[in-house]
Amino acid sequence: MAETQVKMPQMGESIFEGTVTKWLKKKGDKVQRDEPLFEISTDKIDTEIPSPASGVLQDILVKEGQTVQINTTVAIIGDGAAKPAEGKPETQEPSPAQAKQPFRPSGPPPVAGPEPTTPEKDEAEEGEHELIRPSPLVRRIAKEHGIDLASLSGKGTGTNGRVTKRDILSYIEQGAPAAPAPKPVEVPKEGPPAPPASPPMKFTGEVERVPMTAMRKAIAEHMIMSRRTSAHVTTLFEVDCSRILKAKEKQQAEFERSGVKLTVTPFFVQAAATALKRFPLVNSSLEGDTIVYKQAINIGIAVNLEWGLIVPVIKHADERNLFGLAKAINDLGERARNKKLTPEDVKDGTFTITNPGQYGGLIGTPIINQPQVAIMGMGGIKKRAVVIDDAIAIRPIIMLSLSFDHRVIDGATADQFMAEVQKELENWPV
Amino acid sequence: MPLTTYVEAIRQGIWEEMEKDERVFVLGEDVGIYGGAFKVTAGMLERFGEWRIIDTPISESGIVGAAIGAALMGMRPIAEMQFADFISCAFDQITNFAAKCRYRWGAGVPIVVRGPSGGGVHGGPFHSQNPEMYYVHTPGLKVVCPATAYDAKGLIKAAIRDPDPVIYFEHKFLYRRIKEELPADDFIVPIGKAAIRRTGSDMTVVTYGAMVHAALEAAKELEREGIDLEILDLRSLLPFDKQAVLDSVRKTNKVILLHEDTRIGGFAGELAAIISEEAFEYLDGPIRRITAPDTPVPYSPPLEEFFLPKASDVIRVARELYAY
Repeated sequence: MAETQVKMPQMGESIFEGTVTKWLKKKGDKVQRDEPLFEISTDKIDTEIPSPASGVLQDILVKEGQTVQINTTVAIIGDGAAKPAEGKPETQEPSPAQAKQPFRPSGPPPVAGPEPTTPEKDEAEEGEHELIRPSPLVRRIAKEHGIDLASLSGKGTGTNGRVTKRDILSYIEQGAPAAPAPKPVEVPKEGPPAPPASPPMKFTGEVERVPMTAMRKAIAEHMIMSRRTSAHVTTLFEVDCSRILKAKEKQQAEFERSGVKLTVTPFFVQAAATALKRFPLVNSSLEGDTIVYKQAINIGIAVNLEWGLIVPVIKHADERNLFGLAKAINDLGERARNKKLTPEDVKDGTFTITNPGQYGGLIGTPIINQPQVAIMGMGGIKKRAVVIDDAIAIRPIIMLSLSFDHRVIDGATADQFMAEVQKELENWPV
Repeated sequence: MPLTTYVEAIRQGIWEEMEKDERVFVLGEDVGIYGGAFKVTAGMLERFGEWRIIDTPISESGIVGAAIGAALMGMRPIAEMQFADFISCAFDQITNFAAKCRYRWGAGVPIVVRGPSGGGVHGGPFHSQNPEMYYVHTPGLKVVCPATAYDAKGLIKAAIRDPDPVIYFEHKFLYRRIKEELPADDFIVPIGKAAIRRTGSDMTVVTYGAMVHAALEAAKELEREGIDLEILDLRSLLPFDKQAVLDSVRKTNKVILLHEDTRIGGFAGELAAIISEEAFEYLDGPIRRITAPDTPVPYSPPLEEFFLPKASDVIRVARELYAY
């Protein structure tokens, strides 16, 4: 039987490496094709990877906790008779962009003088900086603009795919995600200072140091990047939930017979989808000085996990009815908790809903999920005394927040959008 | 206006200073009746007489020693080395005496030691060398290497007026090949100031002497490929214009260091160190050197052709560095 090389898969278009978090089989174990073989963590999702072939796990080349480029061979599946593979993981060209240039050994080009000697091929390189080979200048520019050099991986046009001055400058010009706001914005010349790499003051007592997971790091980078990119403003609305709670109570049993648990979330998703249709600006993005309106309304739902946070996306949320939305939310939430999300599930969101009230919080002011321009937060629903027609009544009230990017959306639009959401919810047909 | 050659510019500079200042005089081998091996002092004996244009025995040590003595007595001697290669015979006088007088006694030694250096004229190993680095490594001296007729004249005049010993290397390949129109007025080129010969954006070539012209030739060719060289002519090596080098490197972010002198211990090595110390975070590629290999200058013309750095070397290295 031929050997099968198990590769680190590419879990999304802009992902170039993955971390093996857990081997579900030991060396020498029998595996069936499509049986879960190992778990990986990338900066987008955590997931199980099925075995590409049946046979015996002959060799594990990448240990748990090790991060490697995509397409790196992480294991060999054979018939158990062959001798174990030797040496380090074999690293392949990480992306088509880099593959177009023939691979040459690294190192500076040969110096002037007679017949330079060619160095032997390097051992597999480690770390993203090796991969993109930034010069001192490129490192400095990246630092000044708060750019994560990993985001330029595969975009280099220099020798061996090096990222050159030209590459990083054109990347900044095209509106690098982490760059201080692009030209048309009236931000003063020096953009906001980049956050220090580590807190300037250190706790001096006993500590335990735990390296961040890939997901944690991705969240950290994304949040800082978003804060630096958008002009965040948050508006708050109170909504009377009487009608949606009534509707929920009425439909709950029916939904459950079809195996779908009904929560309040789909009501808010549906109301938001309706409002997004009326206010397409809230469903847009900013690219340089161009506002990009999206045809689809894809609503991401922030799902809290024990090991982090993920935002799976309900595609075409406006085309689903309440049942369809509830089913999609159930499914995505469950798969998020079981690490079964695919890269497709977390892609192309156009608006996000998060739920800062789920542990009783009144409301939160969420950070925009880039490159979107708005995010809605749901507080906790609580019975409150409210004044209706000069009488005091008891009503279940939720506070909603909308954080929006003031570069694109003005307060009037944001408030009209939220008034629309409020109207939908308070007039829900029962 | 007539064009003035590089060699004529030196002659004019000496002549003008001798007219202005009677302390200035010339001594060397065959500088009088013969007018100098390369005719730098042609006609001077007739004009200034044998007290000021002095033919000496073949003894560089004696020539420089006499010049130092005269300088200490208030004169402004110009000592000619028939070929810069033979300056090594006067090494002790220059490095242990002229260079140190000011530091030991506070007495400056305003001498100029000048001589034709450089290859490209099939002069072989004893008539083609670039000995500048022995003197660049000697605190107390000044070392200049002009590349144009204007600088040749401006720097010889500045050297004569300088209160300290100046070693003046004139490139013999340029003597009659380089000419330009010179202003009629009394000008000098300050020692220690570089000149940008060509402004460019993609990389800087730092060079001096005859190699300035190799770089300019390469730049013309590379321009057609869209590679834009900035060419910085140092003009003086000691002191040298560090600020100009750093400014240009910080602008273009890539640098080629080019000289005709051999590689190890050449000026390029010193520049590379300074650039990496003071402009490291501005570098977008390795600092590249183009120099002669570490051998004596060959006599055989094809070997000499191979030995000397040339425009095609600059073009090759510039392409590599541009792509880096």
